[in-house]
Amino acid sequence: MPLYLTDEQTMLRDTARDFVAEHAPVSHMRRLRDANDATGFSRDLWKQFAELGLTGILIPEADNGLGLGHVEAGVVIEEIGRNLSPSPFLTTAVAAVEALKGTPHAARWFPGILAGETVAALAIDERAKHDGCIEMKAERSGNGFRLTGAKQFVAHGHVADLLLVAATTEHGTTLFAVPTDANGLTADPQRLADASLAARLTFDGVEVDADAVVGEVDQAPLARLLAAGRTGASAELLGVGGGAMDMTVTYLKERKQFGQLIGSFQALQHRAAHLYSEMEVARAAVLKAQQLLDAGDERAADAVSVAKAMTSLATTLSVQEGIQMHGGIGMTDEYDIGFYMKRARVLAELFGDANFHADALAQAAGY
Amino acid sequence: MSDTDLETFRAETRAWLEANCPETMRTPMRGEKDATWGGRNPEFAHPDQKLWMDRMGERGWTVPDWPSAYGGGGLSPAETKILREEMARLKCRNPLNSFGISMLGPALLKYGTEEQKLEHLPRIARGEIRWCQGYSEPNAGSDLAGLQASADDAGDHYIVNGQKVWTSYADKADWIFCLVRTDKSSKQGGISFVLFDMASEGVSTRPILLISGNSPFCETFFDNVKVPKANRVHDENKGWDVAKYLLGHEREMISGMGLGGPAGDPMIDAARKGVDPILRGQIALFQVRSQAFKAMSERFIDELKAGRAHPAQPSMMKYYGTELNKTRHELTMAAGGSDTLEWDSEASNHGAAPRAWLRTKANSIEGGTSEIQLNIIAKRILDLPS
Ligand SMILES: Cc1cc2nc3c(=O)[nH]c(=O)nc-3n(C[C@H](O)[C@H](O)[C@H](O)COP(=O)(O)OP(=O)(O)OC[C@H]3O[C@@H](n4cnc5c(N)ncnc54)[C@H](O)[C@@H]3O)c2cc1C
Repeated sequence: MPLYLTDEQTMLRDTARDFVAEHAPVSHMRRLRDANDATGFSRDLWKQFAELGLTGILIPEADNGLGLGHVEAGVVIEEIGRNLSPSPFLTTAVAAVEALKGTPHAARWFPGILAGETVAALAIDERAKHDGCIEMKAERSGNGFRLTGAKQFVAHGHVADLLLVAATTEHGTTLFAVPTDANGLTADPQRLADASLAARLTFDGVEVDADAVVGEVDQAPLARLLAAGRTGASAELLGVGGGAMDMTVTYLKERKQFGQLIGSFQALQHRAAHLYSEMEVARAAVLKAQQLLDAGDERAADAVSVAKAMTSLATTLSVQEGIQMHGGIGMTDEYDIGFYMKRARVLAELFGDANFHADALAQAAGY
Repeated sequence: MSDTDLETFRAETRAWLEANCPETMRTPMRGEKDATWGGRNPEFAHPDQKLWMDRMGERGWTVPDWPSAYGGGGLSPAETKILREEMARLKCRNPLNSFGISMLGPALLKYGTEEQKLEHLPRIARGEIRWCQGYSEPNAGSDLAGLQASADDAGDHYIVNGQKVWTSYADKADWIFCLVRTDKSSKQGGISFVLFDMASEGVSTRPILLISGNSPFCETFFDNVKVPKANRVHDENKGWDVAKYLLGHEREMISGMGLGGPAGDPMIDAARKGVDPILRGQIALFQVRSQAFKAMSERFIDELKAGRAHPAQPSMMKYYGTELNKTRHELTMAAGGSDTLEWDSEASNHGAAPRAWLRTKANSIEGGTSEIQLNIIAKRILDLPS
């Protein structure tokens, strides 16, 4: 498999690019923020995604989806990133679908996802840093389980129809599909720096049936869920970093100082060229991870960590350089570049930051 | 070629390599002396180096993707990739280091006459002639087109006069590919690309000692050297096209250094013995970049083969790969501590570690400096104004 997009994938990207840029450009996100919107995204837009078939991108054809892979999901997410469009695509159509695939839950949840009606949220993290440590307990109770504990950084957690919750069971970790109206569950949505909403969830003895278990007890398909989520987040970071870089390079070609376009100054040219290099390397890392995941290759785990860490580093550079090279206007709320900075920080933190993933690589390499 | 054919090819290649690559050529090199360069008067630190070079040369596998008519292996891109993967799997050493392979060869394939190709390419493939590159001059480094070494028209030949500098291995090379001025009235449009024998009358070299303690570099002097016009590649005054094309390949080759060798990574080996947490973190973050760059290299090769790569992309590869390689060696030295400082001991792998570290500092200079690559990316890829 060559490391570039096939013609079909390029066509899909162009479709997604046109669609997102037209229906959910940065101004869409700005409007939601200015209106202090309490949902965090547009349900209408989610339906339109469904009409294009995009919500079923990873859903198998046998379940009426498009049956495509992570490369295809990634090209859509990248456009979401480039336009800073608030969307449940990553959590629902990618991470949740990947976790539910091949389980009895597929029949229950996929139709709603395909219709653009169902939104899923991932309740994984319990601390300010993603560290894989799960203290939430799920104890056997009747024919089901009782969940006690708290989660945080749960995007769409206050409005989701389905919560995927990781909890500790007797001999391992189990993943539960929890309806959001369950007794004992409270959601406290918080607005984040990028104007998106993420909830703190409290589970106070929430009772779920045995069939809420996704996969097997003690064997949560967490690795699969996280690999999908991390790869998707990497693709979104690529979009954010690429969007910020494009804005910056355009600005360098327009802004004049000292009677010259600032883009003619070598100090800025070199930094822009360095930034371009970092973004290209990050792009290659993401495609590599997507392809290995799609091929079910055992090297995927390392590649996913490389992709998530590399895109976090490159995009952080892109937004920082973006603001600096814009000068004062880059600090204004009216100008969009600052939004890129905020979104990049949130995504860099999601599912493990660059240090977390570098540490994973070091452990895998045995040092 | 079908997938089953490729699988057969892989199996046969693996079997052949296992049978033919000497055990000694599957171990890490212990410094520059272990590299195989070939040439008229070849030097081998170990007799297996010659065996390995000859065996690979016979099959054309020193240049697997060149046409077999010119001494190559005639392999498709997919087969070439398989060969490289299988060599990496067995940790085979590079059978032949050669500026002929990585630089002159591609330029001759594109610009050479049929006679020139038949004369030079098979010898390059078999490592019979060692080449050096006569580009830089004392006053023409980054501003290469400012070169002054002259070639005056004397009928069927040129008379070449002038000086080159930084000519790697000029004292060991048999032939030189050289940029000379054939027209003083035009800067880039007055340069020609010529080939000549270093044994020609009037050629002399003087080695320059480097910080690594080695002296692969030379000053090279030309005093009325007679060069047949038949040795000119491409048209007169059109040498800059050839030079630039060749530089693209040189940059690609140098960027490959960012990938590290096939035989394990000394940096990670050292880290496994234990390093402080801050250094461990630096190494881990380096590993992120280095593995991402590996993916980038793969992508670049795939794009090149498909004719999709931006023509200035080798500049990005060169820039990123060489800066990365310098960091790798900086971290290797830090992880190895005082062991890696010993100039010639068992612990420092006979000085390979410190010398390699010093040598890598040139990666971001040779073949065009990092600053020049950034200029090219800014102008030609990002289209920033002058
Ligand atoms: C190990 C090694 C092997 C080499 N082998 C060969 C060989 O075999 N054959 C051969 O012909 N040459 C060879 N070279 C020479 C090499 O190509 C030159 O050293 C290189 O092109 C830089 O030229 P210079 O040394 O004259 O530096 P200069 O051009 O003088 O540069 C000095 C500094 O100024 C910077 N600079 C210059 N111009 C600009 C600009 N426009 N914008 C921003 N910064 C600028 C440079 O980046 C550098 O940092 C080799 C060099 C090394 C180190």
